[in-house]
Amino acid sequence: MFEPVLTKDIQIPDSQDIDYYLDRGGYEAFQKVVKSMAPDEVIDVVKASNLRGRGGAGFPTGLKWNFVPKNTEKPHYLVNNADESEPGTFKDRLLLNGNPHLVLEGTMIGAFAIRANVAYIYIRGEFVREARIMEKAIAQAYDKGFLGRNILGSGYDLDVYVHRGAGAYICGEETGLLESLEGKRGWPRIKPPFPALEGLFRCPTIVNNVETLSCVPFIINRGAEWFKSIGPERSPGPKLFCLSGHVKNPGVFELPMGTNLKEIIFEHGGGLLNGKALKAVIPGGSSVPILHPEEIDVSMDFDSLAQIGSMLGSAGIIVMDESTCLVDVLLNITHFYQHESCGQCTPCREGTYWAELVLRKIEHGKGSEKDIDMLEEMARHINFRTICPLGDAAAMPIMSFLKKFRQEFEQHVQAGACPLNSQL
Amino acid sequence: MAKQATERAEAVTFSEAGQRELEALLKRYPNKRASLLMVLHLAQREFGWISQEVMKYIAERLELPYGDVYDTVSFYTMYHTRPAGKYHIQVCHTLSCALRGARHICKHIEEKLGIKEGEVTEDGKFSFVKVECLGSCGTAPVVQVNDDYHENMTVEKLDQLLKTLK
Repeated sequence: MFEPVLTKDIQIPDSQDIDYYLDRGGYEAFQKVVKSMAPDEVIDVVKASNLRGRGGAGFPTGLKWNFVPKNTEKPHYLVNNADESEPGTFKDRLLLNGNPHLVLEGTMIGAFAIRANVAYIYIRGEFVREARIMEKAIAQAYDKGFLGRNILGSGYDLDVYVHRGAGAYICGEETGLLESLEGKRGWPRIKPPFPALEGLFRCPTIVNNVETLSCVPFIINRGAEWFKSIGPERSPGPKLFCLSGHVKNPGVFELPMGTNLKEIIFEHGGGLLNGKALKAVIPGGSSVPILHPEEIDVSMDFDSLAQIGSMLGSAGIIVMDESTCLVDVLLNITHFYQHESCGQCTPCREGTYWAELVLRKIEHGKGSEKDIDMLEEMARHINFRTICPLGDAAAMPIMSFLKKFRQEFEQHVQAGACPLNSQL
Repeated sequence: MAKQATERAEAVTFSEAGQRELEALLKRYPNKRASLLMVLHLAQREFGWISQEVMKYIAERLELPYGDVYDTVSFYTMYHTRPAGKYHIQVCHTLSCALRGARHICKHIEEKLGIKEGEVTEDGKFSFVKVECLGSCGTAPVVQVNDDYHENMTVEKLDQLLKTLK
């Protein structure tokens, strides 16, 4: 029987307070780590747990930490990426709000493992309340002696700071985030060099997602085997699934990685609103390829979704009922990426702009068959041709909508109007 | 665009509390430039919006070229480069909010306040913008007024909310 760990106490008002957290075994993992483990031992445990990054890419966390050089004089940095902004994703906000000390403890253990003496929590600018909560949690941790100089007599020094973004989706991309942390516009950097070698202030840096780091204290306390026993062994652990759109019971559900998508929508989410039929599902945030209703009998983990040509991404499940116009949905998504394109790479800056115009034309019944082909070609010219994955994020929905629902685009062209008279 | 009171402090200077906060912020980073986003948030709180004078003042305080400050300010959507209303209403219109009726919320705000998106009311009390995903899709549609989120928004709830904003 699966028991939620990340969100267990989230509804309790006191859960933001350090004493509440300490009473329930909080900071035991951090104390164990600083008092009795070497940084490499921490990395080994996390590696053995098969924890994979929860921000979208699913990269193995322990392996990433291992890339930090062991013999450099430069300071190291850990950055907790709380710039949650992929449409359909709202899980990190829940953790920042309801379990800030878990977020902080995970950050502290990560910093220790990569030998960092400074960590930043980069919180998106709109999350003003969450930034205040984290500032308070950090202050409480200093008061208890868990942060500062020579922590608990271990000889380890660590400072943690909150850094607020200011409204830019691109800063969730790790190198855009680092530029933003340096006070600049969030223009992603060309890789290599990867941040693990040359990141923040040109020093070795690891950027991890909030949910990823929040798993770490449990891995330390309960062991890698416990973590691996939850869900598929190659991408295990408790997972926060975000459910939104046309469902009766939207929200964040903590379930084993690999829970069936159909079960999440129909059991946990209570099925569709107003008894309508399902038309399509986006399983992992607006950038990932869309699924047909007959494809949703799938395990929600990195490998299973990749096998059917989609992605787990940030596990932002967006459900759409039969009344939804998918041309209008794609227009909404493409407008988002056009607005958030940082403008650095021509294929993304120009491609998203023109794709939005063409989509608007089709949605309003002024498009032609040629426009549909052109849209497809545009997406192909954006995909894999940009410095960062925002270009791919804009191209993937276009390609997958056209592949799976091309008929609907053609109907718009033939009818000279939106058959559903949609207005999103 | 509606007219807005443009008065600002005679000389742009942080308050005493602002000075203290600035000094604390500078200690978080190995160089002054890195503090820029946080200092701009502080400045917006102190001065209401980021005017050219404010950017010049920050450039001076952080020992940066004015162009560097301007470059950063112009990239991010949350810094107001012209005065916003006392209550800055931001309506999310990205997919999950759109599916749950964000456009009705937008339409209602425009009718009720008599302004279009991007405008400020005559009395300077309200400004209204549509924004991209606020990261609260499970409680769509979502409206942010200044620092606070208002979730599961309906036209009725919006009317109640507007009444409380004096």
